[in-house]
Amino acid sequence: MDSATSDPGGPARPPLRATASDGVKIVVVGGFGVGKTTMVRAVSEIRPLSTEEVMTQAGVGVDDTAGARDKTTTTIAFDFGRISLDEELVLYLFGAPGQKRFWFLWDQLFSGTLGVVVLVDAHRIEDSWYAVDRLEHHGIPFIVARNRFEPVAHTLEELREALDLPEGIPVVECDARDRESSKQVLLALVDHLYALSSAPSARETAS
Amino acid sequence: MSPHALDGEDPDRLYTVTGGRSRAEDTGLDLVTLVVSESDAAPGMQSEHARILRIARRPTSVVELSADLGLPVSVVKILLADLLDRGMVSARHPSSATAEARLPDPDFLRKVLVGLSNL
Repeated sequence: MDSATSDPGGPARPPLRATASDGVKIVVVGGFGVGKTTMVRAVSEIRPLSTEEVMTQAGVGVDDTAGARDKTTTTIAFDFGRISLDEELVLYLFGAPGQKRFWFLWDQLFSGTLGVVVLVDAHRIEDSWYAVDRLEHHGIPFIVARNRFEPVAHTLEELREALDLPEGIPVVECDARDRESSKQVLLALVDHLYALSSAPSARETAS
Repeated sequence: MSPHALDGEDPDRLYTVTGGRSRAEDTGLDLVTLVVSESDAAPGMQSEHARILRIARRPTSVVELSADLGLPVSVVKILLADLLDRGMVSARHPSSATAEARLPDPDFLRKVLVGLSNL
């Protein structure tokens, strides 16, 4: 139905359906080099794009820019991909670093996000502590996915303990390079959200 | 244009692009709001506006426009607010971002599950 030729002057990627009307967000957070962009690329219908958000605000209490006492400029770069789910729904999958300044921009950029995948490197679990802490603090639903670069000695149950995760939060293993494996991670997240949303009185306790 | 060009972006240029306005939060635009052009670019129009109108002939999200233009999301929101005010684009807002509850309803999530399963 759609012409495959791109519009001259337009972006070199397949356009959305003309009926696309409802964007949905899922965010993958994790430390540097853990495979966030790899996962986005594995499932995206477009080559991952990247962009930035810049925020300048007085007295925000985050001091990433040394010397700027009155005005703090916070810049966050992130990658994203896109998956058309049906005629109307379009899922945008964001890969973002989990460092402090990222959480500072959460409300501005990622409010209304369906849920979050915390992507964990088995050898650098400590990179994920801050993200898990922030997600629990904000009450944002999430699951944990361990990216399997190589055989790992620890079980997922040990990872759960290391991250001090509550029982209800799914912990899964994945290969972020693999489309099917990454798709299963997203399905695990949405399954989890579905269970939370379907549970009696879930909607009150979650807010 | 590479978005990495932003790394050393001159604040003065961003100021010029947006005409000095900085109320991105008030535009009601989300990262995943889909923008659709309602008219063609006119001669003499600000080049960023003209590019948006060309790209958004098909529905295009705010964040895709940000990547295409190599401009921060908040700057793009301000540019879009101008075009919305003039009726030159329309916006399709995400249903999940406007919902009161933190969790979407099960029917909505089921549609997401079905879509993902069909990948």
